[in-house]
Amino acid sequence: MKANTKLFVVAGLLLALALALFVSPFADSDPDGLGKVAEEQGFSGAEQEHDLGDGPVADYEVDGVDDDRMSTGVAGVIGVLVTFGLGMGAFALLRTLRRAPEDEPTADARAG
Amino acid sequence: MHIPDGFIDGPTSLGAAGMAAAGLGVSVRRAADALDDRRAPLAGLVAAFVFAVQMLNFPVASGTSGHLLGAVLAAVLVGPWAAVICIAVVLLVQALFADGGLTALGLNVLNMGLVAGLGGYVVFLVARRLRPRTKAGVVAASAVAAGLSVVLAAVAFVVEYAIGGTVDLSLGAVLGAMVGVHVLIGIGEAVITAMTVSAVLAVRPDLVHGAADLLPVPEVRPALAR
Repeated sequence: MKANTKLFVVAGLLLALALALFVSPFADSDPDGLGKVAEEQGFSGAEQEHDLGDGPVADYEVDGVDDDRMSTGVAGVIGVLVTFGLGMGAFALLRTLRRAPEDEPTADARAG
Repeated sequence: MHIPDGFIDGPTSLGAAGMAAAGLGVSVRRAADALDDRRAPLAGLVAAFVFAVQMLNFPVASGTSGHLLGAVLAAVLVGPWAAVICIAVVLLVQALFADGGLTALGLNVLNMGLVAGLGGYVVFLVARRLRPRTKAGVVAASAVAAGLSVVLAAVAFVVEYAIGGTVDLSLGAVLGAMVGVHVLIGIGEAVITAMTVSAVLAVRPDLVHGAADLLPVPEVRPALAR
């Protein structure tokens, strides 16, 4: 990775973390488009309890953090970091897929 | 837009999960071939950024909110196939936060990843041809594609509801309501996508997949840097 690309990724990640920590607690808490349509059209009652509804970070609220806004912000930070880690992992794996020997031996030799 | 468990019946959810898995498989193969080394770390960042911005619900009408879907944003930045993977990762993590049902994960990947991402990217390509080959043209095409992608995903939900909705309703009414509210959310999607794409174009135009043809030098970069 070129140094300035690394810088770009770090800066972007910091921005995402800042949005999650400081802005998401102030997001509109009304139901989203689908939720509202479900209420109005009369199928919101069909919604079942989420299997992870009692989980430690369910509904973007972290167990043990009492302040609502802080709880949402911390949940956002956890989510951003987990997503970043999982995404980086997935795309690192993807690169190994491309470098499989049968694909392009020359690319491997050159990169080696 | 995240479908919870219970809205769509089991068989339909299972069918959607199969389609989502197949689409994700194709995306993985295509992205492995298409994604260059510089954009691979960017794809991880795009997933994290989309997760963060999806938390930022904005008001669209009385008592209704919307948030960025991010599929077209991801597709313009890292390419449509990598975008599908980004959105799938985001949806998987969101399911841990009880956002979007576990049995509905396939439906959500299908609607927000494949339909919005790939469908939206087709709109982007068409819109780019109708606009000048400039950065402004890329931003305008991104905005139009992003807005329409939300409506496409909403229509996909209605199709799924028609096949396996658990409550018997007038489909026309559901379609009208879904499209109506998601046109409004699509405007927000267009604005946020245009702002983000133009910010990245200003700083690092070489990192924008959807603007690769605007670069002065043709992009032939074998795997030198690792």
